[in-house]
Amino acid sequence: MSFINYSSRELNCKIVYYGPGLCGKTTNLQYIYNKTNPQQKGKLISLATETERTLFFDFLPLALGEIKGFKVRFHLYTVPGQMFYAASRKLILKGVDGVVFVADSQAERMDANMESLDDLQINLSEQGYELYSLPFTMQYNKRDIPEVVPIEALNEAVNTTNVPEFEAVATTGVGVFETLKDVCRQVIFELKKHY
Amino acid sequence: MNGSNLVVYEDEFKKIDEELNNLHRQANAKVVFLVDKSGQLISSVGATHDLDTTSLASLTAGNIAATGSIAKILGEQEFTILFHEGEKDNLHISLVGERIILVVIFDQRTSIGLVRLRVKKVTENLEKIFEEMTQKAEQEKLESKLEDSPFAEISDEDIEKLFM
Repeated sequence: MSFINYSSRELNCKIVYYGPGLCGKTTNLQYIYNKTNPQQKGKLISLATETERTLFFDFLPLALGEIKGFKVRFHLYTVPGQMFYAASRKLILKGVDGVVFVADSQAERMDANMESLDDLQINLSEQGYELYSLPFTMQYNKRDIPEVVPIEALNEAVNTTNVPEFEAVATTGVGVFETLKDVCRQVIFELKKHY
Repeated sequence: MNGSNLVVYEDEFKKIDEELNNLHRQANAKVVFLVDKSGQLISSVGATHDLDTTSLASLTAGNIAATGSIAKILGEQEFTILFHEGEKDNLHISLVGERIILVVIFDQRTSIGLVRLRVKKVTENLEKIFEEMTQKAEQEKLESKLEDSPFAEISDEDIEKLFM
């Protein structure tokens, strides 16, 4: 749900990074935070456990610039990936404008990827959304690990509708901004359709 | 309501600001702000200069979402008021209609009783404004004033520029 303020000429949108535990959602946000100019970003807030696992969410506000005289702001959120945080995970999707699914490319995490994607679809439908009618980008993370699952197999498992996909190594930043840019582009074009 | 965008026009924004200013004055509060349930800050008044209002907005929405879920587990529809007491500052959080959150930060110069009383009055006025706003946005959509929309002409190039 975008927030358009004609008085202050601001456009605010919410993007959620979803995916199984330890797939690199928080790492994506940390990389974006580290590589963004100070005047373009707010604080990176992480509600995490003592062992640095996401407990509720991470939050990063980004002020990207202007479009047609409107200041464009994207609020990036991650969800807690671990299965037992299901109740919290659902809440973060409230008012979402675009979703990035971060899939873990390791063979042993394929089941976790599929389970998380199912969970995403269920949680969205409970809030009245349909995943594939939302701006949606797929990121295949950890491509630097030897013997990862080939892209074709990942596509077959978690991207049957062929949404835009990006290979990434979030720790070094490969594919991170490409993914963000794609989901932002989709969100803005979605607005264009409606306003 | 779910899924629809929140569009605030100049006139309504002024009215909202006026209500928040009234509340700020009458309740003798430090800061008053409005957030929508997805975590977007709508407006704030008072001593906001050294406050990170963007983070506050997002965390408040998270707080309301979490307590809302607790309420449902307990068989309640929602907890409409949350109160946090600190050593110096206190936080009064309440719901305006179904999707807006009103937050008041106050200290010992006022009392929780006065804040609650003033919040109640202002909430009624804000609910009316948001109701009018929703109707106006729907009406504009029906009349499809698309040609006036600043977003109708957005190009790939505009989006590229955001990331340069």
